Amino acid sequence: MADERELTYIGAVAEASRTVLLEQENAFIAGEDVAGAGGVFGSYRGILDEFGDQRIVDTPISEEGIIGLGVGAAATGLRPIVDIMFMDFMGECMDEIANQMAKMRYMFGGSASLPITVITMSGGGINMAAQHSQSLEAWICHLPGLKVVAPSTAYDVKGLIISASRDDNPVFVVLNKLSLRNRGHVPEESYTVPLGEANVVREGSDVSIVTYSRMVGESMTAADTLSENGIEAEVLDLRSLQPMDTEAIVESVKKTQRVVVVHEAVRFGGLGGEIAAQIQEDAFDYLDAPVARVGAPFSPVPFSPVLEQAYIPNAGRIVTEVNELLNAA
Amino acid sequence: MELNHETLLDIHRRMVRIRTFETEAGKLAEAGKIPGALHLYVGQEAIASGIMAHLSNEDWITSTHRGHGHLIAKGGEFGKMFAELFGRATGYCKGKGGSMHISNMELGMLGANGIVGAGPPIAVGAAFSIKYRNNKNVAVTFFGDGASNEGSFHEAANMAALYKLPMLFVCENNGYGEYTPQANHQAIVDVADRAAGYGMPGVVVDGMDAVAVYEAADAAIERAKAGDGPSLLECKTYRFFDHVGVRGMGLSYRTDEELAEWQKRDPIHMFESRLAELDVLSKDDAVKIHEDVLAEVQAGIEFAESSPMPDPATLLEDVYA
Repeated sequence: MADERELTYIGAVAEASRTVLLEQENAFIAGEDVAGAGGVFGSYRGILDEFGDQRIVDTPISEEGIIGLGVGAAATGLRPIVDIMFMDFMGECMDEIANQMAKMRYMFGGSASLPITVITMSGGGINMAAQHSQSLEAWICHLPGLKVVAPSTAYDVKGLIISASRDDNPVFVVLNKLSLRNRGHVPEESYTVPLGEANVVREGSDVSIVTYSRMVGESMTAADTLSENGIEAEVLDLRSLQPMDTEAIVESVKKTQRVVVVHEAVRFGGLGGEIAAQIQEDAFDYLDAPVARVGAPFSPVPFSPVLEQAYIPNAGRIVTEVNELLNAA
Repeated sequence: MELNHETLLDIHRRMVRIRTFETEAGKLAEAGKIPGALHLYVGQEAIASGIMAHLSNEDWITSTHRGHGHLIAKGGEFGKMFAELFGRATGYCKGKGGSMHISNMELGMLGANGIVGAGPPIAVGAAFSIKYRNNKNVAVTFFGDGASNEGSFHEAANMAALYKLPMLFVCENNGYGEYTPQANHQAIVDVADRAAGYGMPGVVVDGMDAVAVYEAADAAIERAKAGDGPSLLECKTYRFFDHVGVRGMGLSYRTDEELAEWQKRDPIHMFESRLAELDVLSKDDAVKIHEDVLAEVQAGIEFAESSPMPDPATLLEDVYA
């Protein structure tokens, strides 16, 4: 498949954005530095030239205003894509996210629809320290009314953004900074990756690694190492975090009887706890060992590269956790 | 500005509708018949009525936690409103919103809001939508003196002015941010002064004078529709009932004398005197309108009381589209 068309992870954002603007006349993009600068990560390069300043709008540095713009525009019939540069900045706009965007439809008895796509960046690894490196997806997965996806590949980035834009609910697309230059197969045409469907990216029989976003790559590396020692790990890329494909998780657990949940977010209060709880509710009898979790320690993301490396989960830590799990059982 | 009789009577009727609804809602709340909290609009009727007399269902508004008056002035039906306050299935929000989230998309009413200052950014989005489609409408955000201290107001004001959106910022300055007097929550006297910081006109209006409000809105709407951007109207007013309910929590934060002073300038009494002087509406005819509206309010209460409660099976409906 060497002749397959490839794009970078961030290139897929730009292509998806372009596709959405072409397909939906009521779609527009708004955010900080999205138009003139093309997005600080290059997410929207070329969009201003092709579509003009009505379809892509630079905003002031006003995250609450940006989300409010999206909520009001969506409620009145447009289909906004709003960009929150770093998800750490959700602190600036959490009211409009949590109390307005997430709840408006329900509070209004179903009379309002909010087809908003929020594109934002998570994750550490580029020495941006405590306020530009967090993985805060648990905050938004806790809010009924929101959907959340966290793609690991360029293919899923494009397909999930297009799905998000066609959905009549607010959908957060949580991208990952360290994955921006990763290349992968991306078809030129428009396509969707369905919301709420996980993807088995590696089949295995000995242990399930349930993960998402950049930790999918780390888990695949870990699986290769484990395989050299005769341990076949199944790797499940959740892709969607809300709604979550519990069925796929349970299916995998039934097959392997052992699970490690891996995410870059802080372990305590992270989605791993929720996933572990769902597994014990729905597949307790299939488990041969307690559900193990790999996540960041209970600390802000540090600055120094040495400290940051010690902080972020990686393939080595996943291998260690799997080995401990198998030895304990 | 010459106002025709029809407009004057229209404004009057909106004010009486609000006053009567709120007064009866207050009685029901004090009698324990309405669950939760009610923030009543009595005293401030001239503002919603004077503004809404300009608007159609295609114009959008965002409201506040004191939102009944805005919905009534925008055309809200008493029955569906009381049903919502009573938590019934026939309410505007099917019993899922209540007083603080009462809304109606068909009337262009983007919701009362339990969060102080949350409305202005949403109205920016609605105004953006109007401009995006080249429609000749406006978005109006109502907020209080208290909300003018929230960052959301400032972000919205800046964005609306920057994009020259067809929008009105209507500050209902009733002198209190919840229970804290204005002098203790901001160092300025006129919230309208804040408009200058965003490059938009800021006008102080007598919020007890419906005609003054109507006229100020007329100029601001004309400007907005001409593509010249938003304006801030600060309407000085007073809430005759407590922050919450009628007598409220019994907190001593204002004096009876202050209340009595403001009640001398009751917006409905003042307006009716003016209408009588102008031979637009006699005192007797005014009484008749109050009676008619009261009968309509009572019918609304009966509708609500006889309406079914929501089926618990609907609990999880409307979380997602």
